[in-house]
Amino acid sequence: MCPPARCRTGPARATVVHVIEVSELTKRYGDTTAVRALTFTVRPGRVTGFLGPNGAGKTTTLRLLLGLDTPTGGTATVDGQAFAGRPRGLRRVGALLDAQDVHGGRSARAHLAALAASNGIPRRRVAEVLAEVGLADVAGRRIGGYSLGMKQRLGIAAALLGDPPVLVFDEPLNGLDPEGVQWLRALLRRLAAEGRTVFVSSHQMSEMELCAQDLVVIGRGELIAAESLGAFAARGTRRGVRVAARDPERLAAALRAEGAGVVAGEQGLTVTGADPARIGELALREAVVLTELTPLGSSLEQAFMELTADSVDYLAGEPR
Amino acid sequence: MTATTVRSPSGATAVPHAPARFRQLLTAEWIKLWSLRSTYWVLGAGALTVIGINVNSAWSNADRLARLPAEPPAPPPGTPEKPVLTFDAMHTAFLDPAWQIFMVVACSVGAIAVFGEYTSGLIRTTLTAVPDRRAVVLAKAAVVTGVMTALGAAVACTALLCTQYLLRDHGGVSLADPDALRAVAGSALLAPLCALVGMAIGAVVRHAAGAVVGSILTLLLLPVLFQGETYRWVAEIGNAMPLSAWETLSGNHWGAGRYPVTVTEAWLVYAAWAAGALLVAVEAVRRRDA
Repeated sequence: MCPPARCRTGPARATVVHVIEVSELTKRYGDTTAVRALTFTVRPGRVTGFLGPNGAGKTTTLRLLLGLDTPTGGTATVDGQAFAGRPRGLRRVGALLDAQDVHGGRSARAHLAALAASNGIPRRRVAEVLAEVGLADVAGRRIGGYSLGMKQRLGIAAALLGDPPVLVFDEPLNGLDPEGVQWLRALLRRLAAEGRTVFVSSHQMSEMELCAQDLVVIGRGELIAAESLGAFAARGTRRGVRVAARDPERLAAALRAEGAGVVAGEQGLTVTGADPARIGELALREAVVLTELTPLGSSLEQAFMELTADSVDYLAGEPR
Repeated sequence: MTATTVRSPSGATAVPHAPARFRQLLTAEWIKLWSLRSTYWVLGAGALTVIGINVNSAWSNADRLARLPAEPPAPPPGTPEKPVLTFDAMHTAFLDPAWQIFMVVACSVGAIAVFGEYTSGLIRTTLTAVPDRRAVVLAKAAVVTGVMTALGAAVACTALLCTQYLLRDHGGVSLADPDALRAVAGSALLAPLCALVGMAIGAVVRHAAGAVVGSILTLLLLPVLFQGETYRWVAEIGNAMPLSAWETLSGNHWGAGRYPVTVTEAWLVYAAWAAGALLVAVEAVRRRDA
């Protein structure tokens, strides 16, 4: 698949820790508080997912981190220093905030050449990153004619230009085709394996499940969780199993006697507190024929939905 | 400086550390300016329009003057002596409407350079690559004013040389003429001055139509509002406009007036507007969220 040089993994010889530190970060726009007293740390060598429902304040947090907005209070630093205080950025942090943040009238090559020049990066890096993201053939075309997926790739190319130890991506999977999604997941994992700090925002848990090791979850601008993927998944308490049986009442009684929660619905029983294996054993003991035994959702997705349920700003079909 | 501990991606070119230099930003802005097709169109069309209007005027004036009889017919006896027709050949190179168009073109180039970054969103990419906002704006201003000075000089020289060649038999002047030299310098520098004003307006307004309308209001309509001579303060405000300063430098006299602008004052007006515009552009970009 990829040349051996790309696939090398293993512990990086870390002497400097490229950490993103956010402390008591607050941003108010007039009466609305976009981000409130946010505190978390993002460590190198891992992909850290930045999750939250739409409008949770993810993009605001990243803009504050990159010095594009000035915080109302608190600090956001990379390597212990505010990003806005640095003369040049590309060798420190590679960022893709919005793939549309380009001028449609330029070619991808000119766009990257200007960025490279501004940071004193050799011109040949432009061709390298273009090849890396698969845009080499269209590098001379105007960006205005690119699809969203191509613009995402261009944004990723720009982030890689300075070979930075810290990478920040805001919803990078938007607009990518399935092949592009696979490619990007592999790229994120590889960048982390190379010892870099990789911070990726998303509003979909399922996207992060496949490539993140750590999670920072926010809702309505406040921190909900900052921990490993496993620890977060363990929070999902209401992981359920859907069960359909020939004699549902008998099975439900047996399950309740075992301490499981059972809710009867049109589709059958929704059981919590007992895994499919245990339910199968009980059904065998009670001689009840099972017609369906389906684990509901992933526990991560469940944990995400539960923990952010109170902080969803835009909920469909429910007047607030 | 901290050492980078990560491996280079794809085993490709290692990206060496390079200290931050202003030159890097100049190169970047130069690439940005010339990688947009609109730059060529706006600058080319603007230059040709100004030269064209002036040359056309010179050509038709030369034609008309050539048809005049050598000696005006003697007035009938008894009528009062009429003033002799005076023709200022140099003026045909510095026609007000032509250079007002050039002011708007130059101002738009400056404004586009700034609001183009904001309306496209590119500014966020730019400032993530170069968090030093003051340096970004100064580099952009340096490149834009450099290019506009070169263009202004080319247009002013071409306009003067072409028109004066056409009027060579009717008092055409050469570039060596001190008045002509000052007019060329004043007109050449009008372009970078207006570009800086455009950058400031673009940085404050951050909107395409708003910036262009703002540019025309500031450069062309504002001076008209302060044309009166009844009150001295009104006249002095009018005199402090780039258009009034340019009219003095290019020798476009519309009668002496009660409160004329001296050449020194005109240069001071140029300098003050340029410095003010640069300050506004830098501070507007620096202080506001991108």
